[in-house]
Amino acid sequence: MSAAISTYSKSDYINFIVLMVLGFLVIPMTVNSDYWFTSILIPWLCLALATIGQQVIMGYTGQLALGAAGFMAAGAFACFNLILRVDGLPFFGALIISGLIAAAIGIVFGLPSLRIRGIYLMVATLASQFFIIWVIDKFGWFKNYDSSGIITAQDIVIFGRPYTTPVDMYLVILVVVTVMTILAINMARGSTGRNWMAVRDMDVAAESMGVSLLKTKLQAFAISSFFCGVAGALFAFTYLKSLEPVAFDIKLSFKILFMCILGGLGTINGAFIGAGFILLFPVLLNYLGNNVFHGAIDATIISAMEQVVFGVLMIVFMIYEPLGMARLWENIKQRLFKKKNK
Amino acid sequence: MNTSVERNFKIGDPILEVNNISLSFGGVNAITDTSFNVLEHEVRAIIGPNGAGKSSMLNCINGIYKPQQGSIAFKGNTLSKITPNIIAQMGISRTFQNLALFKRMSAIDNILVGRKLHSKANFLDVALQLPKARREEKVNLKKCEEIVEFLEIEKIKDTPVGKLPYGLQKRVELGRALATEASLLLLDEPMAGMNVEEKREMCRFILEVNEEYGTTMVLIEHDMGVVMDISDRVVVLDYGKIIGDGPPEEVRANQNVIDAYLGVSHGE
Repeated sequence: MSAAISTYSKSDYINFIVLMVLGFLVIPMTVNSDYWFTSILIPWLCLALATIGQQVIMGYTGQLALGAAGFMAAGAFACFNLILRVDGLPFFGALIISGLIAAAIGIVFGLPSLRIRGIYLMVATLASQFFIIWVIDKFGWFKNYDSSGIITAQDIVIFGRPYTTPVDMYLVILVVVTVMTILAINMARGSTGRNWMAVRDMDVAAESMGVSLLKTKLQAFAISSFFCGVAGALFAFTYLKSLEPVAFDIKLSFKILFMCILGGLGTINGAFIGAGFILLFPVLLNYLGNNVFHGAIDATIISAMEQVVFGVLMIVFMIYEPLGMARLWENIKQRLFKKKNK
Repeated sequence: MNTSVERNFKIGDPILEVNNISLSFGGVNAITDTSFNVLEHEVRAIIGPNGAGKSSMLNCINGIYKPQQGSIAFKGNTLSKITPNIIAQMGISRTFQNLALFKRMSAIDNILVGRKLHSKANFLDVALQLPKARREEKVNLKKCEEIVEFLEIEKIKDTPVGKLPYGLQKRVELGRALATEASLLLLDEPMAGMNVEEKREMCRFILEVNEEYGTTMVLIEHDMGVVMDISDRVVVLDYGKIIGDGPPEEVRANQNVIDAYLGVSHGE
């Protein structure tokens, strides 16, 4: 998986074809419970997309930014307002513009990164989280002066056909996530990603090689926020089906941060693994509680367990495998292939 | 030895001129009123005891430190409002004393970062893998493979550099500086911590680059034997001041230099 090769390898094509067949054919045909689409697959893809955004800024560029949910909120409300106020704007058009709006905000909140770094930057970027939510709450225009506080998201309509069933929405998201993941992989493996990582690993040396810190950091902030913005719009329109600023609180930002770290900093597939793990883990615990222990363990204890296990896992990963689950996966794959070769 | 053979690139006019540079940190003077020049295509060594201000000098030329007084001119242009980024664009590249590699990236990726100034594709070109980006990547990759071959590090090119032994890391760092195709290379102790064999190889690389591409070199080195062997002219710094400047033989015979190295007390 050398980042040096920009054209795709044979295994890239195989992976791509397998995943596409799985995503577009096998899953829609075999999974027939709406629960899996609405509660697992849809949020998984949305949050994985946001986690890719977090990866760009934190995993690749090394800027400790915390506030992904803020940019998701910006994207979600931008999308809502664009569809509401611009007649005839196609859904994908609204999605892209929402991303661009989030990116513009991201550049502004990325400015502190030119002066401060590390934990101080994290505090500074926290401001974005609270500021964006505050602005949306404060000015009624963003919510179309809706007094209830919860606005129903419009239906997704593409070429006159509404996409409202869980499977339809899943497919729409899958298309967006597929395209954006490919773009992210291209950037990460190409010269763009190398510049990000150079800034991450040794900024003085990067600058001495002609990499502009200003340009590279702001570019990473913009791209990261773009991904978060699009993810936020999809999240609101397909998973929440409503727009409420509270849904994009600091907890969600932390969740995305954990997905990023557990999945593996500086990996794209880690975004999917991390998001999947954090989403499925409570489901798994519940399942164990109900089916293995037959309800002998109280539900409150299970949810408390969840927190404890998360905390422990975070610490274990930080110490033993800073590259996260994506690296574990690589190691497992390598071992399997070695055995096959023998 | 370098001066006696016929060279592809004849030593020319001054390419870099350092005029009356002074640099201090708080009240401590790192460099005091120092001037010297570097001629095109030459190998120029800066030597001196620890704390003499050698690395600070390179950091001034490179734009990391801003001297309080004096000026630096490169190819006739005075470097004002300098940042390392702008200096790189002007054609000066460098290596660092304590290795400043991108540790989690592979050797070849490190070297590829050196091609930054020869990359015109923006992030959209790269994201969409437009022909422009692909073509450029191919050219850059080919160039870097050549450097890898030249430095004889083919075997470790895909290894994350953080896992490489020190000597090889130094080589990768030289490779990264070479990839910029800069006309002036600043090498901060390229042979520190190496054994005799590694040093000999590093010397060979430096001289070959100078010979083949005419790259001007400014290098800091402690090993006097190495300095005498490969440099055309030597600057000796001590306590931020120049105490000797000239061809190696002349500097070696200089009483001030001998005193500084043998530790004769100052101010007598």
